[in-house]
Amino acid sequence: MLFIIARIIPGDPARMSLGPRAPQFAVDELRREMHLDKSLPVQYLYWARGVLQGDFGKSINTKRPVSTDIKEFFPATLELVLFSGIFLIILSVLLGLLAAKYHDSLVDNLVRGLSYIGIAIPAFALAILLLLLFGYVWQVIPVLGRLSSGVDEPLHITGLFTFDSLITGNFTTFFNALAHLILPALALATGPLFQEARLLRASLVDNMGKEYISVATGYGLPSHVIMTKYLLRPSFIPVVSVMGMDLAALMGNAFLVEKIFNWPGISRYGMNALLNKDLNAISAVFLIFGAIFLLVNIIVDIIVASLDPRIRLGARS
Amino acid sequence: MNEHLLDIRNLKSWYRTYQGYAQVVDGVNLTIDAGKKIGIVGESGCGKTTTMKSVLRVLDERKAYLPEGEILFKNQNILKMRETELQQIRRKNISMISQEPSAALNPVFTVGQQIFDVISYSTQDDTAKNKKELTDIAIKAIRDVFIPDPERILECYPHQLSGGMKQRICIAMALVIPRELLIADEPGTALDVTIQDQIHRLLRALVDEKQTALIMITHSLGVVRELVDQIYVMYAGNIVEVATTNELFKNPLHPYTRGLMDCVPRLSGGGISAGIYGYVPDYVHPTPGCRFSPRCPYVKEICRVQKPLMLEIDEGHTVACFRYTDSFTEQHRQEESIGERA
Repeated sequence: MLFIIARIIPGDPARMSLGPRAPQFAVDELRREMHLDKSLPVQYLYWARGVLQGDFGKSINTKRPVSTDIKEFFPATLELVLFSGIFLIILSVLLGLLAAKYHDSLVDNLVRGLSYIGIAIPAFALAILLLLLFGYVWQVIPVLGRLSSGVDEPLHITGLFTFDSLITGNFTTFFNALAHLILPALALATGPLFQEARLLRASLVDNMGKEYISVATGYGLPSHVIMTKYLLRPSFIPVVSVMGMDLAALMGNAFLVEKIFNWPGISRYGMNALLNKDLNAISAVFLIFGAIFLLVNIIVDIIVASLDPRIRLGARS
Repeated sequence: MNEHLLDIRNLKSWYRTYQGYAQVVDGVNLTIDAGKKIGIVGESGCGKTTTMKSVLRVLDERKAYLPEGEILFKNQNILKMRETELQQIRRKNISMISQEPSAALNPVFTVGQQIFDVISYSTQDDTAKNKKELTDIAIKAIRDVFIPDPERILECYPHQLSGGMKQRICIAMALVIPRELLIADEPGTALDVTIQDQIHRLLRALVDEKQTALIMITHSLGVVRELVDQIYVMYAGNIVEVATTNELFKNPLHPYTRGLMDCVPRLSGGGISAGIYGYVPDYVHPTPGCRFSPRCPYVKEICRVQKPLMLEIDEGHTVACFRYTDSFTEQHRQEESIGERA
């Protein structure tokens, strides 16, 4: 499916790769090499055979095997998305709890107003805004790339700079990488973060009126226990599913943010590939995004089942 | 004056609505002494639950508004208590059984987790309990309510239990650490008749055994007759009649009490009883007079404009009705004699 979509985008990749002034025979040569002269099903078989062997073909853009490119760019995006996800989860739960605990008060309205702004602002606009504020006006956090120039890249273990530098004990690099992460991760997380906070608040306030909460209160359980245990867990169930979708979507949404913050990530790489008709790269990136989406959804289902015994037991019987 | 365990004085509990305040509980007076059993009877929506939830202060704070009244527990006003004192009352002195066993248990925690929390918070000042001790106490409580295999029940989630079992768990939870006062809010309502009967017997046995005072809320006179010593009849946020159980059944005075008694179906047949015409009134714009007046078969002019006060007819038997005031009887007699002459 993804493969076909990539192939039917108009434009001749061989021609685009070699440029307008390349002689026709060179273009034909490249087309043959890329199996573009064969029919679609045959092209697919070539491609599928390659993928199964871990070979995604060559990128006409970077002139390197796609798998090498992915190894280089994917960890950057993964790191960005992971931090973005951590922001998303922690901040949305905090804001949701805060708004629900002080519902219909100033705090609630403040969070509500902030949420509308946060949801309405597109990630790229926020990214540019942050870039302006922190890169130009205040200049307190580095804004471009993954590391400042002069800071050594950590030993490549996972490709996540923060993680690698931490386990090799290189704290300068760690804090530098962390500082570089904050702004792009925040820009990426903001929209879904506020959406989830609103959702959680609604769910919490709804459940507050439930009999089991007044029963727990009636037994003299402290309000923080009721709030974070008896109320949060049942209220979190509907939020988790949406959160999973949003977390998976972060990957795809990352490209504009990566572009703006000059983040060498896979999303930006995929976008460039798409614009340059880099067939093998497009298919590979699509495949990875699809796989991650699936993976996240499976994890979400497992989490929901562990939170909600009714679903868990229903599945078993 | 001797000290009552619980003394509710002129309690008013209102709810905020968009149309204005719904004056649901409108000046309730009620007392109960240690170890006694009383019943509050009235139809659905007449403020019984609201009154009792006011006692534990578990009404939804967003909606509830208590303009007047005192709730004295051992001469301490619960309504004026600080949060920490209130927590102590909730943990040590009073517990309440909800009318909806299915809604009263949290669906995502096991029975055990919920009972353990109740035990550990109710006893935390005395001794810190470890898991083993908690389990032992919980198992004993569950055995007390006659559920077999308590160890397995502790691992169960509420949706795996039947309605009757859930209600037993709620009772077990309410009595696991014995309190001086147990409020049972229609504990049988959500259950079928046979289970209802078992639950009531169980409740009586346990209350007797632990020497807990009991306030039993119900809409069925038949239920309280078996269980309690004294009955408060409540209508639309007012206590309309108070008497000992025997006295009330022998000599019901208030028209509403009589209406309720007529509502109890008899096994000897006779078709569906007449019941009481109409329904519980609008609380946002209540009548200034007796709240039962729109439905009362004996209504007189005064009933519509003035609130009847509690009158002591006999020792321990009071009623709020103009029929038993002197002027009313006089007027009534005159009307009857006019009727006879005509």
